[in-house]
Amino acid sequence: MQETLIQFAIFIMAGFLGFELISRVPNLLHTPLMSATNAIHGIILVGGMITIAADGPAWVKAVGFLAVFFGALNVVGGFWVTNRMLSMFRPPKARVKRRKG
Amino acid sequence: METGVAPFLAYLLAAALFIIGIRRLRTPETARSGNTIAAFGMTVALIATLFVIEFESLLLIGAAVVLGSVVGILTAQRVQMTAMPQMVAAYNGVGGGAAALIALSEFYHLSEEGSLGVVAGTTIPLTVLVGSVSFMGSVVAFSKLQELAFTGSVTFPLQQVVNAVLFLGILVLAANAFLEGEILPFLSPVASVIAVLFASLVLGVLLVIPIGGADMPIVISLLNAFTGLAAAASGFVLENYILIIAGTIVGASGTILTRLMSGALGRPLGKIIFAGIAASGGSKQEELGERPVNDVSASAVGEYLSDEANKVIIVPGYGLAVAQAQSVMKDLVEALEKGGTEVLFGIHPVAGRMPGHMNVLMTEVGISYEKLLDLEDVNPEFEDADAAIIVGANDVVNPAANDPEKDTPISGMPVLEVGNAERVIFIKRSLSPGFAGVDNPLFYDTDKTMMLFADAKQGLEEVVEAVKNG
Repeated sequence: MQETLIQFAIFIMAGFLGFELISRVPNLLHTPLMSATNAIHGIILVGGMITIAADGPAWVKAVGFLAVFFGALNVVGGFWVTNRMLSMFRPPKARVKRRKG
Repeated sequence: METGVAPFLAYLLAAALFIIGIRRLRTPETARSGNTIAAFGMTVALIATLFVIEFESLLLIGAAVVLGSVVGILTAQRVQMTAMPQMVAAYNGVGGGAAALIALSEFYHLSEEGSLGVVAGTTIPLTVLVGSVSFMGSVVAFSKLQELAFTGSVTFPLQQVVNAVLFLGILVLAANAFLEGEILPFLSPVASVIAVLFASLVLGVLLVIPIGGADMPIVISLLNAFTGLAAAASGFVLENYILIIAGTIVGASGTILTRLMSGALGRPLGKIIFAGIAASGGSKQEELGERPVNDVSASAVGEYLSDEANKVIIVPGYGLAVAQAQSVMKDLVEALEKGGTEVLFGIHPVAGRMPGHMNVLMTEVGISYEKLLDLEDVNPEFEDADAAIIVGANDVVNPAANDPEKDTPISGMPVLEVGNAERVIFIKRSLSPGFAGVDNPLFYDTDKTMMLFADAKQGLEEVVEAVKNG
């Protein structure tokens, strides 16, 4: 029970942190931000790895396999596409430097 | 599951990296490094997890991870930036699907062990419900935006009643799973959870089909928050702290983002979700085109811009992206600046199909993000602007939204005050009022407004030519 209460406390604190982190972001960055947080919930892949590693019949393993596949797709696709978006936001100075270099 | 000390500390490090990453996503200069830091945090968390589990499963995990990564890289690398919103929807959906599948699989494990407590017994059906709704909701959102199926608002009689009955059914099935088949003796607990999963998939479809394409960004953002919460819930089931922390942060930030978006649209979230788009303003359609407008040629627009305008503010809308006219827009900026004209962009929060989507499309063609001003920053600038050029947009500049006499679907939405500029130039295919179906009084202000009826790309190309020659 103690463990559950601690988890619940962390849940509440993380919730407040999430609100605070996002509340002051320019519109300019809303799409990349949504895309990046979308990649971060790919953390569900951790759960997939844990569940596939536990014993079970073939159908449970198959369910776990699909979960890990989905999770990896969420993580890799999410971060990759966010990076592509943000590569367009390079400051003008950096661009000039790259051209010279 | 017991987490050792080292993996636990690694999870804390990952959580810190996620938080630092999101913090850096708040300014354009640091955003890219923020994403990289978050991705590094993810790597740390995944490696730490390898030390929590049995090593013999590595082959299976590796195969699934490689498969997922390859599909992820191929799709993320190939997607057009105009198709970004549906791609985010797709990645979000699979995340939700993963959460639902994990919860189902954990239900099996825990009930085999006979250690299904109150926490897992209630959290698992919840995770399955939220994850499945997020999965199918995202699939529907994807197909709406990609215009594969369900385009527009799909409704049928007694829709709300059907949804309510389905939801009650899911609750009964969930209770049956928890009470080990006492309610429905013919369904085993595991079968009940599987039934919850399929019923929730159907619910996900039913919840999103009535919502029109224009509201999809809000739906995707909401489903993003849902998936975060599903991940957090599965963290409670697996007693895994990184899942709880990261999932909750995404759940909370996704909720804020959703509220920001629906606020910018002036549409209460409840109205979007429960009613779809209420058909209104339909009768006004007949009046359209009856009144005279100042129909001009591209050369007239070019002449005015090169001769009279020292400061120009451009308002790009989704019509611009549909016509793939972003790079022509860049040419216009260069042509105007060459002639000594100051050029700014006014970006409405919901221009494009997601907040900030238009900024991505503009920066993609090399227009500096410093020229892209938010609603609050750009509105004072119209006062001394010689021209406001609106390309492929209407609702976001429609003064009718702030007319207290009128009741329209966009009433209350803050708009760009283009009417304060010396001249207003619309580049638009027709007088059609756009998504919300509200007529724009600016069209008929013949002293101030010039209407250039053309496809965004073609119209801009002609204007660029005229400016260069002028």
